[in-house]
Amino acid sequence: MRRGLFPILLLTLLVILLWSPIRSVSAQGGTPTDDEVNRIARQLYCPVCENTPLDVCPTEACRQWRELIRQMLAEGKSEAEIKQYFVEHYGARVLSEPPRQGFNWIVYLAPPLLILSGVILLFRTLRGWVRPSDVDEEEIQELSDDPLVRKLEEDLRKRGS
Amino acid sequence: MENPSEKVKQGVPLWAQVMIWTGLLGLLVILGIGLVRAQQGTVQRGDRIPGDLMLTLYQEYEYNGQSQVSLGELHGKVVLINFWASWCKPCEQEAAELQQAWEYYQPTGEVVFLGVDYVDTEPDARIYLKKFNITYPNGPDLGTRFAQRFRIKGVPETYIIDRRGVVQYVKVGPFRSVEEIQMVIDRILAQP
Repeated sequence: MRRGLFPILLLTLLVILLWSPIRSVSAQGGTPTDDEVNRIARQLYCPVCENTPLDVCPTEACRQWRELIRQMLAEGKSEAEIKQYFVEHYGARVLSEPPRQGFNWIVYLAPPLLILSGVILLFRTLRGWVRPSDVDEEEIQELSDDPLVRKLEEDLRKRGS
Repeated sequence: MENPSEKVKQGVPLWAQVMIWTGLLGLLVILGIGLVRAQQGTVQRGDRIPGDLMLTLYQEYEYNGQSQVSLGELHGKVVLINFWASWCKPCEQEAAELQQAWEYYQPTGEVVFLGVDYVDTEPDARIYLKKFNITYPNGPDLGTRFAQRFRIKGVPETYIIDRRGVVQYVKVGPFRSVEEIQMVIDRILAQP
């Protein structure tokens, strides 16, 4: 009986030894790293500070929010779910990118529209600058037919040579 | 003979000018509204608070058996609304005083205290509430709706609203003593 007990004990010990590192590794893997937390935190802004992303905000409140992100990640929440939680609790202003809806569209539409208007305006202005030389050909022809102008040009050519 | 200067005159079409000026004017109006809002202070004494604001309470709290309180249903009572947060150190200075004042007024049924937890995390808020044994209804300011309506500038801030729903007292910063709180509430209670 003792002979039979020894292999069982040995096997149990072996299983415990093999199982312990696996358990510890899996526990370690369950805690989100600072990088994982900051990846989401940098997409959010501190709700009580002025224009400070959550990942670099040094206040106590921000530390609490980063811990909350860590906790939610550990619970298996997705990035979208975490951001949604923050919007529900602290308002859409915590998002680094405002949601594309309603009044927020101004933020996305105004800059390209203004740039486009500027480009069109610049293009038209530049075209205006170039045109006089093209359209004044008739006038130039009239002037070159003038005997006085012809004599003046001739004199100038002689002096140049 | 046609004047060449007229020929080369190239202007921005009228429709484009109208669009550009309208756009610029619109942006200026938005900027102006933003600036005015930013310069506006908190709500002032005499301002009426609409009753549509609803506070969802933390799990441990209730008001008349309900997990939500709307300001509308509190008309007829004097309401003290205290904005706080667990990360706010000055809030801790007045937490015990507010609780004492609540214990004093609660039996009368004439005064209601509401704690509005401003941009906080729930676990830390619960620790704070437990630490100071706060028993009056408390809840998170979801979406900062209360804060925006009261235009708060920070925490702690306290607003005391009379029976008609009109703000009668604004306190920016912590109360120094229970007596200070009682003096204000008693004065508002004494109003007809």
